Amino acid sequence: MIYLQLFLSFLQIGLFSFGGGYAAMPLIQDQVVTRYGWLSMAEFTDLITISQMTPGPIAVNSATFVGIRIAGIPGALVATFGCILPSCILVTAIARLYLKYRNMSVLQGVLGSLRPAVVAMIASAGISILQTAFWGGAAVTFSGISWLMVALFVVAFLLLQTHRIGPIQVMLLAGLARMGASLLLGI
Amino acid sequence: MERKRITLAERKGVLTKLFFSTLYLSAFTFGGGYVIVTLLKRKFVDEYHWIEEDEMLDLVAIAQSAPGAIAVNGAIVVGYKLAGLLGVVTAITATIIPPFVIISLISACYAAFRDNLIISLMLEGMQAGVGAVIASVVYEMAYVFYHGRDTASMILMAAAFVAGCVFGVNVVIVVLAAGAIGVVRTLAARRKEAVK
Repeated sequence: MIYLQLFLSFLQIGLFSFGGGYAAMPLIQDQVVTRYGWLSMAEFTDLITISQMTPGPIAVNSATFVGIRIAGIPGALVATFGCILPSCILVTAIARLYLKYRNMSVLQGVLGSLRPAVVAMIASAGISILQTAFWGGAAVTFSGISWLMVALFVVAFLLLQTHRIGPIQVMLLAGLARMGASLLLGI
Repeated sequence: MERKRITLAERKGVLTKLFFSTLYLSAFTFGGGYVIVTLLKRKFVDEYHWIEEDEMLDLVAIAQSAPGAIAVNGAIVVGYKLAGLLGVVTAITATIIPPFVIISLISACYAAFRDNLIISLMLEGMQAGVGAVIASVVYEMAYVFYHGRDTASMILMAAAFVAGCVFGVNVVIVVLAAGAIGVVRTLAARRKEAVK
Protein backbone atom coordinates (compact mmCIF):
# COMPACT_ATOMS: atom_id res chain seq x y z
CA MET A 1 0.00 0.00 0.00
CA ILE A 2 2.77 2.40 0.97
CA TYR A 3 4.54 1.46 -2.26
CA LEU A 4 1.50 2.40 -4.30
CA GLN A 5 1.21 5.69 -2.43
CA LEU A 6 4.88 6.50 -3.02
CA PHE A 7 4.54 5.54 -6.67
CA LEU A 8 1.45 7.70 -7.26
CA SER A 9 2.88 10.65 -5.36
CA PHE A 10 6.07 10.74 -7.36
CA LEU A 11 4.19 10.01 -10.56
CA GLN A 12 2.32 13.30 -10.02
CA ILE A 13 5.58 15.09 -9.26
CA GLY A 14 7.07 13.76 -12.51
CA LEU A 15 3.96 14.54 -14.51
CA PHE A 16 3.35 18.12 -13.40
CA SER A 17 6.81 19.60 -12.99
CA PHE A 18 7.36 21.70 -16.10
CA GLY A 19 10.51 23.70 -16.66
CA GLY A 20 13.11 21.58 -14.92
CA GLY A 21 15.34 22.37 -11.97
CA TYR A 22 13.37 23.95 -9.18
CA ALA A 23 10.01 23.40 -10.85
CA ALA A 24 9.63 20.08 -9.06
CA MET A 25 10.27 21.63 -5.66
CA PRO A 26 6.77 23.03 -4.92
CA LEU A 27 5.19 19.75 -6.07
CA ILE A 28 7.49 17.69 -3.86
CA GLN A 29 6.71 19.94 -0.92
CA ASP A 30 2.98 19.58 -1.58
CA GLN A 31 3.05 15.78 -1.74
CA VAL A 32 5.77 14.90 0.72
CA VAL A 33 5.33 17.55 3.44
CA THR A 34 1.78 18.87 3.18
CA ARG A 35 -0.21 15.86 2.02
CA TYR A 36 1.49 12.81 3.52
CA GLY A 37 3.82 14.27 6.15
CA TRP A 38 6.62 11.93 5.07
CA LEU A 39 9.11 14.68 5.83
CA SER A 40 8.95 17.70 8.14
CA MET A 41 9.55 21.12 6.59
CA ALA A 42 13.05 21.15 8.16
CA GLU A 43 13.86 17.74 6.66
CA PHE A 44 12.52 18.89 3.30
CA THR A 45 14.76 21.95 3.45
CA ASP A 46 17.74 19.68 4.26
CA LEU A 47 16.77 17.52 1.31
CA ILE A 48 16.79 20.51 -1.05
CA THR A 49 20.16 21.54 0.39
CA ILE A 50 21.56 18.03 -0.12
CA SER A 51 20.15 17.99 -3.67
CA GLN A 52 22.01 21.19 -4.39
CA MET A 53 25.27 19.74 -3.20
CA THR A 54 25.04 16.44 -5.06
CA PRO A 55 24.61 15.67 -8.75
CA GLY A 56 21.22 14.61 -10.05
CA PRO A 57 17.80 16.23 -10.46
CA ILE A 58 15.90 17.34 -7.33
CA ALA A 59 12.97 15.06 -8.19
CA VAL A 60 15.11 11.93 -8.50
CA ASN A 61 17.08 12.80 -5.36
CA SER A 62 13.85 13.35 -3.42
CA ALA A 63 12.31 10.14 -4.69
CA THR A 64 15.34 8.20 -3.50
CA PHE A 65 15.55 10.01 -0.16
CA VAL A 66 11.86 9.87 0.71
CA GLY A 67 11.47 6.31 -0.64
CA ILE A 68 14.29 4.99 1.52
CA ARG A 69 13.09 6.73 4.67
CA ILE A 70 9.52 5.51 4.24
CA ALA A 71 9.99 2.03 2.82
CA GLY A 72 13.68 1.22 2.36
CA ILE A 73 15.41 0.52 -0.93
CA PRO A 74 12.27 -0.98 -2.58
CA GLY A 75 10.45 2.24 -1.66
CA ALA A 76 13.24 4.29 -3.25
CA LEU A 77 13.05 2.22 -6.42
CA VAL A 78 9.26 2.52 -6.66
CA ALA A 79 9.32 6.29 -6.03
CA THR A 80 12.12 6.87 -8.54
CA PHE A 81 10.33 4.77 -11.13
CA GLY A 82 7.14 6.77 -10.54
CA CYS A 83 8.93 10.05 -10.98
CA ILE A 84 10.60 9.15 -14.29
CA LEU A 85 7.72 7.20 -15.85
CA PRO A 86 5.79 10.24 -17.18
CA SER A 87 9.02 11.58 -18.72
CA CYS A 88 9.74 8.23 -20.37
CA ILE A 89 6.33 8.07 -22.01
CA LEU A 90 5.81 11.74 -22.89
CA VAL A 91 9.32 12.59 -24.01
CA THR A 92 9.57 9.47 -26.18
CA ALA A 93 6.19 10.25 -27.73
CA ILE A 94 7.13 13.88 -28.40
CA ALA A 95 10.56 12.90 -29.76
CA ARG A 96 8.87 10.40 -32.06
CA LEU A 97 6.43 13.04 -33.34
CA TYR A 98 9.23 15.52 -33.73
CA LEU A 99 11.48 13.17 -35.69
CA LYS A 100 8.49 12.63 -37.97
CA TYR A 101 7.04 16.13 -38.38
CA ARG A 102 9.75 18.48 -37.03
CA ASN A 103 7.32 21.04 -35.71
CA MET A 104 6.75 21.88 -32.11
CA SER A 105 5.50 25.47 -31.98
CA VAL A 106 2.34 24.59 -30.02
CA LEU A 107 4.33 22.92 -27.28
CA GLN A 108 6.64 25.92 -27.01
CA GLY A 109 3.67 28.28 -26.96
CA VAL A 110 2.12 26.41 -24.07
CA LEU A 111 5.42 26.41 -22.25
CA GLY A 112 5.57 30.19 -22.60
CA SER A 113 2.50 30.51 -20.38
CA LEU A 114 3.58 27.80 -17.96
CA ARG A 115 6.88 29.49 -17.17
CA PRO A 116 5.51 32.49 -15.22
CA ALA A 117 3.29 30.20 -13.15
CA VAL A 118 6.24 27.93 -12.45
CA VAL A 119 8.34 30.90 -11.30
CA ALA A 120 5.53 31.91 -8.94
CA MET A 121 5.29 28.37 -7.52
CA ILE A 122 9.05 28.22 -6.97
CA ALA A 123 8.85 31.57 -5.19
CA SER A 124 6.12 30.24 -2.97
CA ALA A 125 8.12 27.12 -2.05
CA GLY A 126 11.14 29.36 -1.45
CA ILE A 127 9.11 31.35 1.07
CA SER A 128 8.31 28.19 3.04
CA ILE A 129 12.00 27.36 3.10
CA LEU A 130 12.90 30.84 4.31
CA GLN A 131 10.24 30.57 7.02
CA THR A 132 11.93 27.39 8.22
CA ALA A 133 15.30 29.09 8.07
CA PHE A 134 14.28 32.32 9.83
CA TRP A 135 11.90 30.94 12.45
CA GLY A 136 13.13 27.36 12.78
CA GLY A 137 9.64 25.98 12.27
CA ALA A 138 8.19 28.02 15.15
CA ALA A 139 5.35 30.53 14.77
CA VAL A 140 6.10 33.53 12.56
CA THR A 141 6.44 36.47 14.97
CA PHE A 142 8.58 39.56 14.90
CA SER A 143 10.43 38.70 18.11
CA GLY A 144 10.96 35.05 17.14
CA ILE A 145 12.94 35.79 14.02
CA SER A 146 16.60 34.73 13.89
CA TRP A 147 18.41 37.87 12.71
CA LEU A 148 21.60 35.89 12.21
CA MET A 149 19.84 33.75 9.58
CA VAL A 150 18.35 36.85 7.94
CA ALA A 151 21.82 38.37 7.72
CA LEU A 152 23.22 35.13 6.26
CA PHE A 153 20.42 35.09 3.70
CA VAL A 154 21.02 38.70 2.63
CA VAL A 155 24.79 38.25 2.33
CA ALA A 156 24.35 34.95 0.43
CA PHE A 157 21.83 36.56 -1.95
CA LEU A 158 24.15 39.50 -2.66
CA LEU A 159 27.11 37.17 -3.20
CA LEU A 160 25.07 35.16 -5.72
CA GLN A 161 24.15 38.33 -7.60
CA THR A 162 27.83 39.04 -8.26
CA HIS A 163 27.98 35.77 -10.24
CA ARG A 164 31.57 35.37 -9.14
CA ILE A 165 30.77 32.54 -6.76
CA GLY A 166 28.70 29.42 -7.36
CA PRO A 167 25.63 28.29 -5.37
CA ILE A 168 27.42 25.35 -3.75
CA GLN A 169 30.18 27.58 -2.42
CA VAL A 170 27.65 30.15 -1.18
CA MET A 171 25.72 27.47 0.71
CA LEU A 172 28.90 26.06 2.25
CA LEU A 173 29.94 29.56 3.33
CA ALA A 174 26.53 30.14 4.93
CA GLY A 175 26.87 26.82 6.77
CA LEU A 176 30.38 27.63 7.96
CA ALA A 177 29.30 31.14 9.04
CA ARG A 178 26.46 29.67 11.12
CA MET A 179 28.88 27.21 12.71
CA GLY A 180 31.43 29.95 13.36
CA ALA A 181 28.81 32.21 14.95
CA SER A 182 27.89 29.45 17.36
CA LEU A 183 31.42 28.39 18.24
CA LEU A 184 32.93 31.87 18.48
CA LEU A 185 30.04 34.08 19.59
CA GLY A 186 27.80 31.51 21.19
CA ILE A 187 24.64 32.32 19.21
CA MET B 1 15.83 10.88 -42.44
CA GLU B 2 16.68 7.40 -43.65
CA ARG B 3 17.42 5.11 -40.80
CA LYS B 4 20.72 3.48 -41.61
CA ARG B 5 20.99 -0.26 -41.28
CA ILE B 6 23.55 -0.99 -38.65
CA THR B 7 25.04 -4.24 -37.49
CA LEU B 8 24.42 -5.71 -34.07
CA ALA B 9 28.02 -5.05 -33.03
CA GLU B 10 27.74 -1.37 -33.98
CA ARG B 11 24.52 -1.06 -32.06
CA LYS B 12 26.12 -2.63 -29.02
CA GLY B 13 29.00 -0.18 -29.34
CA VAL B 14 26.61 2.78 -29.47
CA LEU B 15 24.69 1.53 -26.44
CA THR B 16 27.88 0.99 -24.43
CA LYS B 17 29.18 4.45 -25.25
CA LEU B 18 25.76 5.96 -24.57
CA PHE B 19 25.62 4.22 -21.19
CA PHE B 20 29.04 5.31 -20.00
CA SER B 21 28.86 8.86 -21.28
CA THR B 22 25.46 9.52 -19.68
CA LEU B 23 26.60 7.79 -16.47
CA TYR B 24 29.67 10.00 -16.35
CA LEU B 25 27.76 13.19 -17.07
CA SER B 26 25.12 12.38 -14.48
CA ALA B 27 27.70 11.61 -11.80
CA PHE B 28 29.77 14.74 -12.25
CA THR B 29 27.32 17.43 -13.29
CA PHE B 30 26.43 19.84 -10.54
CA GLY B 31 24.12 22.74 -11.16
CA GLY B 32 21.04 21.14 -12.62
CA GLY B 33 19.49 20.18 -15.90
CA TYR B 34 20.49 23.18 -17.98
CA VAL B 35 24.14 22.37 -17.41
CA ILE B 36 23.71 18.71 -18.26
CA VAL B 37 22.02 19.34 -21.64
CA THR B 38 24.92 21.58 -22.63
CA LEU B 39 27.31 18.77 -21.78
CA LEU B 40 25.15 16.22 -23.63
CA LYS B 41 25.39 18.44 -26.69
CA ARG B 42 29.14 18.75 -26.37
CA LYS B 43 29.51 15.00 -26.07
CA PHE B 44 27.13 13.75 -28.76
CA VAL B 45 27.31 16.62 -31.27
CA ASP B 46 30.84 18.01 -30.99
CA GLU B 47 32.74 14.93 -29.88
CA TYR B 48 30.99 11.87 -31.33
CA HIS B 49 29.19 13.62 -34.23
CA TRP B 50 26.22 11.31 -33.74
CA ILE B 51 23.62 14.10 -33.79
CA GLU B 52 23.41 17.23 -35.98
CA GLU B 53 23.65 20.56 -34.19
CA ASP B 54 20.20 21.82 -35.32
CA GLU B 55 18.53 18.58 -34.43
CA MET B 56 20.16 18.65 -31.00
CA LEU B 57 18.75 22.12 -30.36
CA ASP B 58 15.25 20.81 -31.02
CA LEU B 59 15.85 17.71 -28.92
CA VAL B 60 16.95 19.96 -26.06
CA ALA B 61 13.81 22.03 -26.54
CA ILE B 62 11.75 18.84 -26.24
CA ALA B 63 13.62 17.89 -23.06
CA GLN B 64 12.89 21.32 -21.61
CA SER B 65 9.25 21.56 -22.57
CA ALA B 66 8.11 18.11 -21.46
CA PRO B 67 7.37 17.62 -17.77
CA GLY B 68 10.01 16.06 -15.53
CA ALA B 69 13.66 16.61 -14.76
CA ILE B 70 15.60 18.08 -17.68
CA ALA B 71 18.60 15.78 -17.13
CA VAL B 72 16.32 12.73 -17.36
CA ASN B 73 14.45 14.10 -20.37
CA GLY B 74 17.73 15.00 -22.08
CA ALA B 75 18.97 11.44 -21.63
CA ILE B 76 15.67 10.12 -23.06
CA VAL B 77 15.76 12.23 -26.24
CA VAL B 78 19.40 11.46 -26.92
CA GLY B 79 18.89 7.75 -26.19
CA TYR B 80 15.80 7.59 -28.39
CA LYS B 81 17.49 9.42 -31.25
CA LEU B 82 20.53 7.15 -31.15
CA ALA B 83 19.09 3.73 -30.47
CA GLY B 84 15.30 3.83 -30.13
CA LEU B 85 13.57 2.44 -27.05
CA LEU B 86 16.59 0.39 -26.03
CA GLY B 87 18.57 3.63 -26.11
CA VAL B 88 16.00 5.27 -23.83
CA VAL B 89 16.28 2.48 -21.28
CA THR B 90 20.09 2.56 -21.45
CA ALA B 91 20.41 6.33 -21.12
CA ILE B 92 17.85 6.63 -18.36
CA THR B 93 19.38 3.82 -16.29
CA ALA B 94 22.79 5.44 -16.56
CA THR B 95 21.36 8.83 -15.57
CA ILE B 96 19.51 7.49 -12.53
CA ILE B 97 22.28 5.32 -11.04
CA PRO B 98 24.60 8.09 -9.72
CA PRO B 99 22.01 10.17 -7.83
CA PHE B 100 20.30 7.01 -6.59
CA VAL B 101 23.50 5.61 -5.11
CA ILE B 102 24.69 8.93 -3.67
CA ILE B 103 21.37 9.80 -2.03
CA SER B 104 20.98 6.26 -0.67
CA LEU B 105 24.34 6.58 1.06
CA ILE B 106 23.52 10.05 2.38
CA SER B 107 20.13 9.05 3.70
CA ALA B 108 21.74 6.13 5.54
CA CYS B 109 23.93 8.65 7.40
CA TYR B 110 21.34 11.44 7.61
CA ALA B 111 19.99 10.62 11.09
CA ALA B 112 23.50 10.46 12.53
CA PHE B 113 24.41 13.66 10.68
CA ARG B 114 21.42 15.52 12.05
CA ASP B 115 22.26 14.59 15.65
CA ASN B 116 25.79 15.88 15.30
CA LEU B 117 25.85 19.43 16.71
CA ILE B 118 28.45 20.76 14.26
CA ILE B 119 26.73 19.30 11.21
CA SER B 120 23.29 20.39 12.30
CA LEU B 121 24.59 23.95 12.76
CA MET B 122 26.15 23.71 9.31
CA LEU B 123 22.85 22.48 7.82
CA GLU B 124 20.98 25.26 9.62
CA GLY B 125 23.24 27.90 8.07
CA MET B 126 22.91 26.23 4.70
CA GLN B 127 19.12 26.66 4.94
CA ALA B 128 19.69 30.41 4.66
CA GLY B 129 22.07 29.69 1.78
CA VAL B 130 19.62 27.50 -0.13
CA GLY B 131 16.90 30.11 0.48
CA ALA B 132 19.21 32.67 -1.12
CA VAL B 133 19.91 30.38 -4.08
CA ILE B 134 16.16 29.95 -4.69
CA ALA B 135 15.51 33.67 -4.22
CA SER B 136 18.17 34.51 -6.77
CA VAL B 137 16.82 31.94 -9.27
CA VAL B 138 13.33 33.43 -8.89
CA TYR B 139 14.70 36.95 -9.18
CA GLU B 140 16.56 36.15 -12.38
CA MET B 141 13.63 34.27 -13.95
CA ALA B 142 11.17 37.02 -13.05
CA TYR B 143 13.55 39.73 -14.23
CA VAL B 144 13.40 38.28 -17.77
CA PHE B 145 9.65 39.04 -17.89
CA TYR B 146 10.14 42.50 -16.40
CA HIS B 147 13.03 43.36 -18.70
CA GLY B 148 11.15 42.13 -21.79
CA ARG B 149 8.08 44.20 -20.74
CA ASP B 150 6.13 40.97 -20.91
CA THR B 151 3.02 42.24 -19.12
CA ALA B 152 0.95 39.10 -19.75
CA SER B 153 3.60 36.92 -18.14
CA MET B 154 3.94 39.26 -15.17
CA ILE B 155 0.18 39.21 -14.58
CA LEU B 156 0.14 35.43 -14.88
CA MET B 157 3.03 35.19 -12.43
CA ALA B 158 1.35 37.49 -9.91
CA ALA B 159 -1.95 35.61 -10.24
CA ALA B 160 -0.27 32.24 -9.80
CA PHE B 161 1.59 33.51 -6.75
CA VAL B 162 -1.55 34.85 -5.10
CA ALA B 163 -3.42 31.63 -5.91
CA GLY B 164 -0.69 29.36 -4.55
CA CYS B 165 0.70 31.34 -1.66
CA VAL B 166 -2.29 33.33 -0.37
CA PHE B 167 -5.24 31.08 -1.23
CA GLY B 168 -3.37 27.80 -0.99
CA VAL B 169 -4.52 26.53 -4.37
CA ASN B 170 -2.88 23.19 -5.19
CA VAL B 171 0.25 23.38 -7.36
CA VAL B 172 -1.14 20.91 -9.89
CA ILE B 173 -4.22 23.08 -10.42
CA VAL B 174 -2.09 26.18 -10.94
CA VAL B 175 0.09 24.33 -13.48
CA LEU B 176 -2.95 22.95 -15.33
CA ALA B 177 -4.64 26.37 -15.40
CA ALA B 178 -1.50 28.06 -16.74
CA GLY B 179 -1.17 25.31 -19.35
CA ALA B 180 -4.77 25.83 -20.45
CA ILE B 181 -4.15 29.57 -20.75
CA GLY B 182 -1.10 28.74 -22.83
CA VAL B 183 -3.12 26.56 -25.22
CA VAL B 184 -5.72 29.32 -25.68
CA ARG B 185 -3.05 31.96 -26.24
CA THR B 186 -1.18 29.83 -28.77
CA LEU B 187 -4.35 29.01 -30.71
CA ALA B 188 -5.43 32.67 -30.66
CA ALA B 189 -2.02 33.77 -31.93
CA ARG B 190 -2.22 31.21 -34.73
CA ARG B 191 -5.64 32.38 -35.80
CA LYS B 192 -4.40 35.96 -35.85
CA GLU B 193 -1.52 34.90 -38.05
CA ALA B 194 -3.84 32.97 -40.36
CA VAL B 195 -6.08 36.05 -40.79
CA LYS B 196 -3.08 38.14 -41.77
